[in-house]
Amino acid sequence: MELSLATRAVGEHTVLEVGGEVDVYTAPRLRERLLELIDGGARHVVVDLGRVDFLDSTGLGVLVGALKRLRAAGGSFALVCDKEPLLKIFRITALDQVFPLHPTVDAAIAADSTGAGA
Amino acid sequence: MATVRLSFSPAPVHVRTARLVGVAVARRAGVREDLLDEVRLAIGEACTRAVALHRQYGLHDPVLVEMSDSGQYAVRVVDRAPIEAGIGLAALPPDELANEALTDEALTTGVGFALLAGFVEDLQVRPVDEGVGTEVRMVWPVGR
Repeated sequence: MELSLATRAVGEHTVLEVGGEVDVYTAPRLRERLLELIDGGARHVVVDLGRVDFLDSTGLGVLVGALKRLRAAGGSFALVCDKEPLLKIFRITALDQVFPLHPTVDAAIAADSTGAGA
Repeated sequence: MATVRLSFSPAPVHVRTARLVGVAVARRAGVREDLLDEVRLAIGEACTRAVALHRQYGLHDPVLVEMSDSGQYAVRVVDRAPIEAGIGLAALPPDELANEALTDEALTTGVGFALLAGFVEDLQVRPVDEGVGTEVRMVWPVGR
């Protein structure tokens, strides 16, 4: 399935819903969208991977890039993922220790709001 | 001997095709259904690595994928890049993954190897027998 990207605002958070396949071909579009959001002033970004059915190392690299950029800007970055195959990818690469991972968008926003002391 | 052989010009858009073919042949060969996600990911990572190397070295040669199902499901992904075969498949530690100094390319390469090593029990990365290049060989059991 082709990559789909949809953005919505929830309070001070920007939620990016990603669907389809994130791979070496489509990851540049995800990178562009994340850069647009960050350059446009978004500082608290939640990427919802709920409708992603394939994610490879290139996609993971893009997500780490966004995390670094937002941290450097004093912002926050979290992922929403509750699918076991995807969670396994995060565990195997040890990226589960790098990203805040949450089962739902609400949980991600709640954790970020308390954690950031906002 | 390969039952299915695919060669594609080293462009990212074709990696998805290689994944689809690889999984279709795996299913046909009798690889367990619950392993197919891992087959898909591993073939994708091996092809992504090959495409990245060909682009890095400006090579227009095709990337070769061979799938064979004699007794087990074996997949070879062959690149033609003039480098020593990367045998070191060590995963990057978490504190290094988020390190500012790590480039996107290095991160993606490290993560790609971690996925290959993590998902493929029977994995070999070695120089090709003839000419220049590296082959990534992955084997999965066939459960019929």
